Amino acid sequence: MNKKKMTLHLKIWRQANAQAPGRFVLYTVKDLSPDMSFLEMLDVLNEELTKKGELPVEFDSDCREGICGTCGFVINGVAHGPRRGRTVCQLYLRDFQDGQTVTLEPFRAKAFPVIKDLVVDRSAFDRIMAAGGYISVDTGSAPDANSILIPKEVAEAAFDAAACIGCGACVAACPNASASLFVSAKIAHLALLPQGQPERHRRVLKMVAQMDKENFGNCSNHGECEAVCPKNISIKYIALMRRDYLRALLAK
Amino acid sequence: MITASPKLVSKIPSGPIESRWTRHKDSLKLVSPTNKRKFTILVVGTGLAGASAAASLAELGYNVKAFCIQDSPRRAHSIAAQGGINAAKNYRNDGDSVWRLFYDTIKGGDFRAREANVYRLAELSVNIIDQCVAQGVPFAREYGGLLDNRSFGGAQVSRTFYARGQTGQQLLLGAYGAMMRQVEEGRVALYPRREMLDLVVINGQARGIICRNLVTGQLEAYAGDAVVLCTGGYGNAYFLATYAKNSNATAIWRCYKRGAFFANPCFTQIHPTCIPVTGDYQSKLTLMSESLRNDGRVWVPKKKGDTRPPNEIPEDERDYFLERRYPSYGNLAPRDIASRAVKAVCDEGRGVGASGRAVYLDFSDTIREKGLDYIKEKYGNLFEMYQHITGEDPYKVPMRIYPAVHYTMGGLWVDYNLMSTIPGLFVLGEANFSDHGANRLGASALMQGLADGYFIIPYTIGDYFASVSLPKVSTDRDEFRDAQASVEAKLKKLLAIQGKKTVLEFHRELGLLLWDYVGMARNAQGLQHAIEKIRALRQEFWQNVQVPGSNDMLNKSLEMAGRVADFLELAELMAIDALHREESCGAHFREEYQTPDGEALRNDEKFAYVAAWEYKGDDQPPELHQEPLIFEFVKPTVRSYK
Repeated sequence: MNKKKMTLHLKIWRQANAQAPGRFVLYTVKDLSPDMSFLEMLDVLNEELTKKGELPVEFDSDCREGICGTCGFVINGVAHGPRRGRTVCQLYLRDFQDGQTVTLEPFRAKAFPVIKDLVVDRSAFDRIMAAGGYISVDTGSAPDANSILIPKEVAEAAFDAAACIGCGACVAACPNASASLFVSAKIAHLALLPQGQPERHRRVLKMVAQMDKENFGNCSNHGECEAVCPKNISIKYIALMRRDYLRALLAK
Repeated sequence: MITASPKLVSKIPSGPIESRWTRHKDSLKLVSPTNKRKFTILVVGTGLAGASAAASLAELGYNVKAFCIQDSPRRAHSIAAQGGINAAKNYRNDGDSVWRLFYDTIKGGDFRAREANVYRLAELSVNIIDQCVAQGVPFAREYGGLLDNRSFGGAQVSRTFYARGQTGQQLLLGAYGAMMRQVEEGRVALYPRREMLDLVVINGQARGIICRNLVTGQLEAYAGDAVVLCTGGYGNAYFLATYAKNSNATAIWRCYKRGAFFANPCFTQIHPTCIPVTGDYQSKLTLMSESLRNDGRVWVPKKKGDTRPPNEIPEDERDYFLERRYPSYGNLAPRDIASRAVKAVCDEGRGVGASGRAVYLDFSDTIREKGLDYIKEKYGNLFEMYQHITGEDPYKVPMRIYPAVHYTMGGLWVDYNLMSTIPGLFVLGEANFSDHGANRLGASALMQGLADGYFIIPYTIGDYFASVSLPKVSTDRDEFRDAQASVEAKLKKLLAIQGKKTVLEFHRELGLLLWDYVGMARNAQGLQHAIEKIRALRQEFWQNVQVPGSNDMLNKSLEMAGRVADFLELAELMAIDALHREESCGAHFREEYQTPDGEALRNDEKFAYVAAWEYKGDDQPPELHQEPLIFEFVKPTVRSYK
């Protein structure tokens, strides 16, 4: 365990609500352990602010182990910060330099309005999922689980796409604020499995239509989404989504 | 003597255990398809239990309103379950059966659960896997395309289905998808970022809830014909736990204060394999899945205070204490037993790491025998997670692990239909007490949440609707106004105190008290001390807490303040329950009641009952009600894994 204490200078976006203008405010936090998580460091800052009678910095977080997709903001210009394949809650101060200035701002996208400080509204994702991100199967009507044979490689490939946590970093990183990586991950997960075939065309048409309705931009192959994705979801799924979309249009 | 309380009508069917659920279902009244749409059901919480219930009830034609505190229902903490889900499919041909899963679960719970409930759970386990596969859950497969299994603690068969180390995530996304489909159909209305702060009871029936809109701070009232609570466990009372930061007991606690009995509050699960605490800034603990014990061996040095790095300690100077003490189950001893064994070796001064409160979980034998790729494929994400948190590479050095609070077997009392002592208030998943007795076996929480939501509540809620009269109610009624006024008064009071200590400071202090005195080992003196300390801390909280901000905005400090206020009350009930239960069973280990070799010593004559506590007012002690546990099919024995 590293005993040396650290100091961080934080430039944090403060915004009272969706309508209010925001601005950066500078804070300095001292005596930090390098083994502390980044969010625990913000807990420390918030304790200090509370004791001083100031409003704490609001940020979303829940599981703090990288799986729920609740946390996420931009650190020094990068969604989820400096470590590839990790969420904000999986960053530790040992990933930063003593004395470093760190800028924190919310995920910025037209479809993700700021609620307060670093908290944004990502409910557009739920509406896209409602449009078709599932297999329609009522409870109780399923056949025996082993009656559907799925080769190991296929199950693994579907899993890779299904690992998306819906955090929205892909949108925040995209210069067009496109949700293509998020949407294509679900489309690929279900399109790769035999159970997903009956609704394959319908699903891609409906989800893409909803994505467009939500004011997300178009994908123009920058690849920034893949670079910040904490679950390393591949942009190859966007290609799959496009193929499926075209096929579905032609079949219509 | 155990006396059955007339207030606890369990509705457990009689007859052969194999056909109880079937016959019970056949006896339940039905609501016709056209009438279903006249009923509104409020589902609170959208984890496995809540999402599966909301989806299944909406499919039947009911109107469902689903509430969650997260920004999206997909983020409920079921998402973090790693290892797997049990089902008695017997796909391995290794002797598994519904009976064996039932038996293992009853025994695993140290004979403190109802036989009929547990049998039903085992029976439904097979349907769950079918349902989830049909939804597209990408379970692990073998090369032939069939489903793969692994083993979990407390079982000698391989019945755990899994999706890498993210089984909970995949199951929850399946249930979430099913629910979102109903959102699209217009049968489920979603209310995210809402926290339920009170239950509205009218003419003795649960008819609505009061929520705080967490974005605007507005209080909102919702009326319905039944309330289905799926709000999870209360382990965050301990502050440090493997729960998500926002997991809380507020919904169940406020229902308790409205008349729902709270059962077995002292039954809290401490999971043996978590990443140890590193500093006092720590905000939560992270689990390392029990599945790792399939291939990892737990050990400490034989010598006290041995500070050599693990790879320099020769084989004959290591104590594989689980294998030594429990040869037939070895590293797969159940959680309560493994946790106590870990604590014991650390208490002896043989713990490892800087704090001495850790043991090794070592994969080097498996890596040598089966190769690195085998481990990577099975546990890759867990190993990565461990490395992120500790900065150490578990492929090269053994993991260091220590027990942490992980689950609560206790919860609101429910009958066989999952209804609480308040008619119309149903409680599902971890929020109820029903299936795990005094200790839950690994991979059984996902099973219970989904059994309750997909396959039990859709049947039992209809019987309730068909049996009672439910006049229409609107939120203009006095009961709604009164409940809303009391919630508002409490919020205002919290903000008005403007003391010197933060909510977090109080929560940490409470957590330490519970961990020290109501944790892995308890005794009468410590519990009495804890009760006094908790009372004093609660008093101090209401005089000296500092909650910043106001009620009309997103204010997470205010949210936490309300939750900690409730934990400060619930903690006392946990200690009272632990003090009254003068025996050791499962996770409840009273130091005064142990065998010469340190195992739990049950007292079936005096304590083979469910302890259900009734709220009698803030300044009155709660009243104990007993529901005797009757074992007709399994004879309670000394629970041995030796």
